[in-house]
Amino acid sequence: MSQENIQLPEDLLQEVGRQIAKFPEGMQKSALLSVLHIAQAHFGHLSEPVMDYVARLLHILPIEVYEVATFYSMYDTVPVGKVKLEVCRTGPCMIEGAEKIVSYIENKLGIKDGETTADGMFTLKTVECLGACGYAPMLQAGEKFHEHLTEAKVDELIEQYRNNPKANYLGL
Amino acid sequence: MDRKLLLEHIGVEGIHTHDVYRKQGGYKAVEKALKSMSPDDIVEEVKKSGLRGRGGAGFPTGMKWSFIAKPEGVPRHFLCNADESEPGTFKDRYLMEKIPHLLIEGMILSSYALGCNQSYIYIRGEYMYVLQILEKAIAEAYANGWLGKNIKGSGFDLELAVSTGAGAYICGEETALIESLEGKRGNPRIKPPFPAVKGLWGRPTVVNNVETIAAVVPIVNEGGDAYAQFGIGRSTGTKLISASGNINKPGVYEINMGITVEEFIYSDTYCGGMKNGKKLKACVPGGSSVPILPHYLVCKTATGEDRLMSYESLSDGGFATGSMLGSGGFIVYDEDQCIVRNTWNFSRFYHHESCGQCSPCREGTGWMEKVLHRLEYGHGKMEDIDLLWDIQRKIEGNTICPLGDAAAWPVAAAIRHFREEFEWHVNEPKLCVTKNYGLVTEKKFEPVNA
Repeated sequence: MSQENIQLPEDLLQEVGRQIAKFPEGMQKSALLSVLHIAQAHFGHLSEPVMDYVARLLHILPIEVYEVATFYSMYDTVPVGKVKLEVCRTGPCMIEGAEKIVSYIENKLGIKDGETTADGMFTLKTVECLGACGYAPMLQAGEKFHEHLTEAKVDELIEQYRNNPKANYLGL
Repeated sequence: MDRKLLLEHIGVEGIHTHDVYRKQGGYKAVEKALKSMSPDDIVEEVKKSGLRGRGGAGFPTGMKWSFIAKPEGVPRHFLCNADESEPGTFKDRYLMEKIPHLLIEGMILSSYALGCNQSYIYIRGEYMYVLQILEKAIAEAYANGWLGKNIKGSGFDLELAVSTGAGAYICGEETALIESLEGKRGNPRIKPPFPAVKGLWGRPTVVNNVETIAAVVPIVNEGGDAYAQFGIGRSTGTKLISASGNINKPGVYEINMGITVEEFIYSDTYCGGMKNGKKLKACVPGGSSVPILPHYLVCKTATGEDRLMSYESLSDGGFATGSMLGSGGFIVYDEDQCIVRNTWNFSRFYHHESCGQCSPCREGTGWMEKVLHRLEYGHGKMEDIDLLWDIQRKIEGNTICPLGDAAAWPVAAAIRHFREEFEWHVNEPKLCVTKNYGLVTEKKFEPVNA
């Protein structure tokens, strides 16, 4: 992607403006995390040109964007599948069988933790506590939580997202 | 005394909307405060209430508020910490999802008390759907005149917005949260200066947990003294407990802190007892960071008293025989669970979440994870147990923020109470991969120095 092709559509630029407007004048850098979420949802991942674009949107240096994008676990600086399946692996989820859910997805999709399917549809990741300990095991697909997982429920989810990968975003 | 103060109306249909919330008495505290109370009156009521921070540290809220600096002409900020990420904890999410206006009402009261006109709710990035619920509720609050300029003709202005994290446990530490809200990496700051003097954008700032802020609503409605009638001793009011693990009824419960741990685990009102009729092996009563308690110290203290669900009783005996109420992330383990595996799992969490600023934490958490991994998978040596003890001691107290302590405590407690289980992993390297150690029932208690 060349620099000129990187441009958020008008509705998302308005959303960027709304995020910036939450903060006092001159403090627009505070909107960085929100703007990175918007950019990642639109472009798929945060490539260097995308991060440079975000820096221009917020009038900050590219390095200020890079250091944030590489610090927080939700940002992807390399390409990932259209749908990220992030299975919680911490304490209470482990007790309730998170490891079995992970192996089930690995076998079903033929990928390991951290990998993406050949068709670019799914990425599987194990992640740390997502605050659903009482509803374990669980996974997050994009922006959505799926709890009380069973193998049958995982089958259903994968089918649903394969047919409509955009369904993992909540939308504006 | 089992009245609920926060979740009283949680079952009312549509309570997440402004109109239903209002019909149930919502925003009455704001009306009362703006009409008949000065900001200092509210601080005074919060002090009287004995309310303590519900995020984990348990620091008296009124005292924290009284530290805020008030230099002439400098704006102050009030921030809500909704970065709930402590393993075992999911109460704030529940509250925000079900009854978002309670948090907003608490934000208005607290901001008024502290003289803040621009407040933020910082929510973890993974709670994107909760963020949408909050934004909708905030828009309703603006539309009904509870936010914005000159609220209900009082002359008090308040702008409230939600901002998001992006996956970092460390941002629940208040100075890391402030860094993150400034659009930076979540590296905790060296204190002093404390946020009350130099916080967001260098301005005086107070950060409180979601549940703490919500509790200000009943305190203003009923008065600090009336609030202090709930609970027991210095554990005043009610507490939200997130219950998970091998129990029949996981979920969020609002409790009176005077109830016993035994009642909380076994009564049908709360956890409903152990799942599948199994025996209790251990309990982490306050989120992954607090010391794990072996079964014989869960329901009774070392001196044989009933253990209560209060700050004091859960920490009775110090770290030698007690734990902490912490965030109220109550994780229950049955006889089939492996303590070594659980400790390894928690260490991996802290290694993953260490921000990397301080070497004891950055290197120590990874080292503990590695050693615990080899113990869990039957490659450990007897010296590894002492090595773990040595590492955790060198992390504790030697880092800028409490994440180091939080990583050290679970390891220390596991070795303190379950040393035989660790030794068994060394002595039975093959068996420990396919079997778990189980439960030792006739353990004699021997205190050790903390």
